[in-house]
Amino acid sequence: MKNRYDVLIIGGGPGGAVAAGDLAEKGHSVCLVEKRPAIGAPVRCAEGIGKEVLAQFIEPDDRWISAEIQGACLVAPDGTTMSIEREMAGSKVGYILDRKIFDRELVWQAASKGAEVHVKTRATAPLLEDGTVKGATLESCGEVRDVRADVVIAADGVESKFSRWCGVDTAVPLRELMSCAQYLLTDIEIDPAMTVFYLGNKVAPEGYAWVFPKGDRTANVGIGISSRRSRDGNRARDYLDRFVADHFPDGKTIEYIVGGVSVCRPLSCTVSDGLMIVGDAARVSDPITGGGIFNAMHTGRLAAGIASGCISAGDCSGTALMPYDQAWRHSKFGKNLERNYRIKEYFITLSDDKLNAIVHSISRMNLKDFSVFALVKELLKRNPRLLLELKGLRDSLSIPD
Amino acid sequence: MLVIHRECCGYCGACVSVCPEGALELIDAFLSVDDCCVSCGVCTKACPLGALEVTDEEPV
Repeated sequence: MKNRYDVLIIGGGPGGAVAAGDLAEKGHSVCLVEKRPAIGAPVRCAEGIGKEVLAQFIEPDDRWISAEIQGACLVAPDGTTMSIEREMAGSKVGYILDRKIFDRELVWQAASKGAEVHVKTRATAPLLEDGTVKGATLESCGEVRDVRADVVIAADGVESKFSRWCGVDTAVPLRELMSCAQYLLTDIEIDPAMTVFYLGNKVAPEGYAWVFPKGDRTANVGIGISSRRSRDGNRARDYLDRFVADHFPDGKTIEYIVGGVSVCRPLSCTVSDGLMIVGDAARVSDPITGGGIFNAMHTGRLAAGIASGCISAGDCSGTALMPYDQAWRHSKFGKNLERNYRIKEYFITLSDDKLNAIVHSISRMNLKDFSVFALVKELLKRNPRLLLELKGLRDSLSIPD
Repeated sequence: MLVIHRECCGYCGACVSVCPEGALELIDAFLSVDDCCVSCGVCTKACPLGALEVTDEEPV
């Protein structure tokens, strides 16, 4: 490890890896540090991603695709199911990844483009000079060293600390942190090409339970609940155990995963002098689905593009880096996050009766497009009274998907 | 004070993201609590496993 790089990236998930690869490819010296001893583990993800968005970054490869998804199924609190079949879903369907392999592939690609990678190496403090981030103190197996960089990219995930040390308030409001538990269950009866989402306040208050296939008889079976609804005896793991007992009593657990997913608005600013924040650390995971793989890669790529120009121009001030914040926030991506936030804020207020009514009405729809936007727009058309209940939702839907 | 039941902790970091004081840090498979913890208990709710508890005990 050198004492100075153009860019220091904290975190070896998809956001950090894409940023590292892009910057190295442009000829910058890049150092990526991951605090864990391995890239990709432990997994803290349900591993779903859309085909189209993934294609922007990497060619699909069977080595890290666990299942190809052709449709989705929504299960109402009363058990009514609504399937969006393959014909309706068109090409807009996705994969369930094997994140252990996928994350490694992204980091390998970054390394092959020239990025340095150090695992079991964590940032313990930023190097701050007059409020400007100039690098970080890194610790690896007891060895401590200061590494300077023109830009530090904080890609340190939901448990992000780095930007907080730099003075950015990254705390997630308790009610907007989904407390999640997931089992990788095997020997279960599932449709290997369908993702299934279970709604309801008894199943998962303010969240949902999911079954994401990982193969013919194996799936990520998980649950996320709002942390404000979590208490002893009714924690995410308790909800999951009850769900599994109901639906997959004979399943065998071969992996046990817990985690937090933020469903708040993104950070109000994702740059400061010498610092850029991407992915879960920037709180850009999707407020409805909780999905964050693409969002991390997308913000990682945008950050890399702007950082490269700023480094070459010799100005990495917050003002110079600001186009990164503007680029994601004012694009379709950022507007969709805001729209989905408002939709989520509405949906978490719904009683089970209302959720049932909504699923009943969706199941009678002839949906051509499988997107949250199309779904909600259609719902409002059929339930005009919903609009009266939430005036703001109409405005939020004026943003096209 | 905040007590971490380490036998139960899944070292996922959910607690770290909600701590208003920035007192928690996940160092690989070890959750650390800084002196600035005010025992507010917010983290105990975010934990999917119930590994965190605020007790009346004074720190030693």
